[in-house]
Amino acid sequence: MRQALQAGLAPSRTRLDNGVVVLAKETNTTPAVTINLAMRAGSICDPADAPGAVHLLSRVIDRGTATRSAEQVAEEFDNRAVALAITVTRHVFSVVCTCLAEDFEALLALLGDILMSPSVPDAELVTRKGEVITAIRQDEDNPAVRAVEALMARLYPDGHPYGRRAKGTIEAVEALTRERLIALHAQRFAPSELSAVVVGDVAAARAGAAAAGVFGAWRTPPPVPVVPARVAPAAGRQRVVIPMMNKAQADIAYGFIAIARADPAFHACSLMNNALGQYAIGGRLGDSIRERQGMAYYVFSSLDANVIEGPLVIRAGVGPANVDRAIASIDEEIGRLTREGLTEKELTESRQYLIGSMPRMLETNAGIAHFLQTAEFFGLGLDYDVRLPGLLRAVTLDEVHAAARRVLDPARATVVVAGPYQHS
Amino acid sequence: MATVRAATLDNGLKVLVQEEHTAPLASVWCWYKVGSKDERPGLTGVSHWVEHMNFKGTTNIPRDQIKGIIEQVGGGWNGYTWIDQTTYVETATRDALDRMLFIESERMANCLYHPDDCESERTVIISELQGGENDPDQFLDQEVTATAFKAHPYGHPTIGWLADLQTMTRDDLYGYYRRHYVPNNATLVIIGDVETDEALRRADRHFGGIPAGTSPSRLRTAEPEQTGERRVTIRKEGTAAYLKAGYHAPAIGDPQFFPLLVLDGVLTGAKGLNLWSSFKMPPAQRRARLYRALVERGLASSVSGALLPTEDPFLYTISVTATDGTPLAAVEAALLEDIDRARREGITDAELIKAKRQLKARLVFDNDSITNIAHQLGYFETIAGVDTFLTLQQRIAAVTIEDVAAAAAATLLDANRTIGWFDPLKS
Repeated sequence: MRQALQAGLAPSRTRLDNGVVVLAKETNTTPAVTINLAMRAGSICDPADAPGAVHLLSRVIDRGTATRSAEQVAEEFDNRAVALAITVTRHVFSVVCTCLAEDFEALLALLGDILMSPSVPDAELVTRKGEVITAIRQDEDNPAVRAVEALMARLYPDGHPYGRRAKGTIEAVEALTRERLIALHAQRFAPSELSAVVVGDVAAARAGAAAAGVFGAWRTPPPVPVVPARVAPAAGRQRVVIPMMNKAQADIAYGFIAIARADPAFHACSLMNNALGQYAIGGRLGDSIRERQGMAYYVFSSLDANVIEGPLVIRAGVGPANVDRAIASIDEEIGRLTREGLTEKELTESRQYLIGSMPRMLETNAGIAHFLQTAEFFGLGLDYDVRLPGLLRAVTLDEVHAAARRVLDPARATVVVAGPYQHS
Repeated sequence: MATVRAATLDNGLKVLVQEEHTAPLASVWCWYKVGSKDERPGLTGVSHWVEHMNFKGTTNIPRDQIKGIIEQVGGGWNGYTWIDQTTYVETATRDALDRMLFIESERMANCLYHPDDCESERTVIISELQGGENDPDQFLDQEVTATAFKAHPYGHPTIGWLADLQTMTRDDLYGYYRRHYVPNNATLVIIGDVETDEALRRADRHFGGIPAGTSPSRLRTAEPEQTGERRVTIRKEGTAAYLKAGYHAPAIGDPQFFPLLVLDGVLTGAKGLNLWSSFKMPPAQRRARLYRALVERGLASSVSGALLPTEDPFLYTISVTATDGTPLAAVEAALLEDIDRARREGITDAELIKAKRQLKARLVFDNDSITNIAHQLGYFETIAGVDTFLTLQQRIAAVTIEDVAAAAAATLLDANRTIGWFDPLKS
C-alpha cells in the first residue's frame, strides 16, 4: 500500500464491449473485498408522476431475481455475513458491500443477478412499501431532515429533481406497482450506465475476469440521458419556519446554490468551504457558534458540487432561544468571508488538511472504492489522487475570495428553521 | 494479526504498540478507566463534560490551536465517553507520531479548565443532550436503561441528567479530571507504520515525567437481581412507534457473554464488536429469526439487537420500529413469542454455524484500518484486558449449542426484562 500511495492508486480500468466500466485495485490489508457498483440511475430518473420510484426500486431490487427467490438471495447474503448497502443519490443508484475475499466471485455474481434481473415480487413490494412509508413518517418527525428537505425544495423549486425528496411521498409510494418498477428498471438500468469498482484482496486481473463473466453478456440499449435543468441562484433572501413544538432543539439549514463539480473554481470553493465550516470542528462557523458562543453542539457547512450547480449548506442544531442569534452569526461569518476572504494561514491550514488527509481517506477498501467511483462518475481521471495535491496547492487566496463572493451572500441566503420555534 | 507489545512505564501507564505497515499512518489512542459508571448522583455527565473540556487548551497548547494541531497535518482526531471509559484518538501521518503523543501527554497532565470555557461548554453539552432527545428512539433507549437499573450507575445516561448539567461547577469538573486523569489509570495505544522499540521510547519521553496519582476510588455496587418485568411507556407527540426490550446481560468477563453474542446473531444478525466502527456496517440479518418474525411479516420496518462488551453486567437490548399503523401490542406479542421460543428451545446446529461464520467475518471487517484496530486493543484493555480481544475468534469458536441454550435460558426471562414503548401522540 505504501508504494501504491507514493505512485498513486493506479487502478486498472477496462470497458467491456457492452459499455460496463470495471475499475479494480488490489490491496492486502485484510482478506476482504469491497464491491461498489454505481448505476447512473439516481432519483433524477423518477418519472414526473412518481416521485420516489427509484428509491422504492432500491428497497425491493434485492428481494428476488429471475432465478433466485427472495429467500435464496437472503440466505446467500446471510451465509457470507454480507449486508448490502443500496443507496440512491440524485444521479446514482449505488450497491455496495464488503465480503471475504474467498466469497468474491459468488457475491459479484449475486449482485449482478440483482442489478440485471430483479423480479420485484408483489408480496415483497407490499412489505417494502410499508418500510418506506414508515421511514417517510419518521422523517416527518425529524427536524434535521425537515429543514434540509425544505431548503432543497426552496433552492430547487418547481419539482426540480434536486429539490424533491428521494423517498417521494406516501401517496406516490402507495400508488407504485410492480409493473411500473419493472418498466423503470428496464428503461434506466443498462450496461452503459454501470461502473463496477472492486478493491481488496483480489488481483486486478481476477476482479476484471469476474466482472466480465457477470456483466459481459448483458445487452440493453443505452437509455436516453436525463439532464436536470440548471437553476438560477435565489435573487433574494428567503426564510421558512417549520414549527415542531414537540422537539427540544431546532435545526437550522442555511444555503445557496453553489457550483458544479466540473467548474474550474471547484477546488477554490472546496477550500473555502473547509475553512468556513469544516476545519477543526466547523471552521469559522464552529469557532464562532460553538467555541466562542457555546450555542450549538454541531455547526458545519458542506459543499455538494454536482452535475449541475449543487448546494452549499450550513447546518446547526441550537436551542430555540438561540435560533436568531445563530442565524445572525452565520450571516456575520458569511459577510466577513465575502468581504475579506481567508487569511493566508487559514488557506494554508485547510490546504494541508485536505492534502494530508488523503492517506487516511484511502486507507480502507471502502474508502478507495468510493474515491475511484467518484472520480469515474465525474471523469476526473485514473490519476486524480496523484493530481489532487497539485490542484489544491495551485489555488490562490484571490481565487478562494472570488469563490466566496460568487457563492455566498447573506442577502440571497435561503434559511430554514425546523423545531420548537415560531416566527419572531 | 501482528504482535502486540505491552509495556508499563514507571508511573503505571500501560502502553500497547503494534506495527502495521499497510499505510504511512499512525494511530494513537489514550484510554482512561473512567466513564459514567464512576459518577455519583448530582454529578451525572461529568465524565463526558470533562472529555469536552480536555479539548480546550493546555499549558503548552494554546486554546485556539488544540483543535487544529492535528488537522494541520491532515490528521483526524476525536474522543468519546461511555459507561466504562473515556478515550481520545489521533490518526495521522507516521511523521506526526511525536505530535500525537505530545497532545495526549498534555491532555493527561495540563488541561486548563478556564471558568469561561466551562460555562460556554455547559450550553454546548445541553445542546447535545437536546439534540439527542429530538430522536424518539434515543429518548426511549435512555428511559429503558434508566428503568432497568435501580442501583448500578449504568442506569443514568452518559451525557447526564439535565439538572446536573445545569448545576455542575468548574471545581466539580477540574477535581474529577485531576482524580481520574493519571497515568496509572490509563492505557496508551500506538499502532501503525512505527517501529515498536522506538515508539515505546517516545511514549516514555512524553509520558514518563507525569507522576502517578492515587488510584481513583471506584463506586462499588452490583445491580440486584431483577424480580419482575418492568415497563415504561412514553407518550409524546410523534409520527412513529418504537419498542425496546432490555434484558440484564452478562459482562464481557462472564462465560455466558459469547454464547449470548451468538444467540444475538441468530435473533438479529451478527454484528461486529467495535463500538467505534461496527455500526457503520449493518448486520446481515435477513434470515435472522426476529427479522423474519417482525420485518418480513410487515409488523416492523427495522429490528436490531445490541450486546456490547462492558465491564459490569449491562443490557442486551432489542429495538424495533413498528410499521406505520401497526399497534405496538402486536409487535410486542410477535417479538416475545420468538424470544420465548429461543429461551425454551435454544438454537439449531445450522444457526450456530451460520452465526459463528458471520461473527468471524465481522471480526475481519472490524479490523480494516489502524484506527479501528487500535480502538479494539484499547477498548478491551480498559474493560477486560487485551487478551480478550486477541482471543475473540477462539472464544466464539468454542461456543457450543448447549452454551447458547443455557445463556438464552438464563437471560431471556420475563422477570429479567424491561419493555419500553414510545407510543406517539399524533398531532
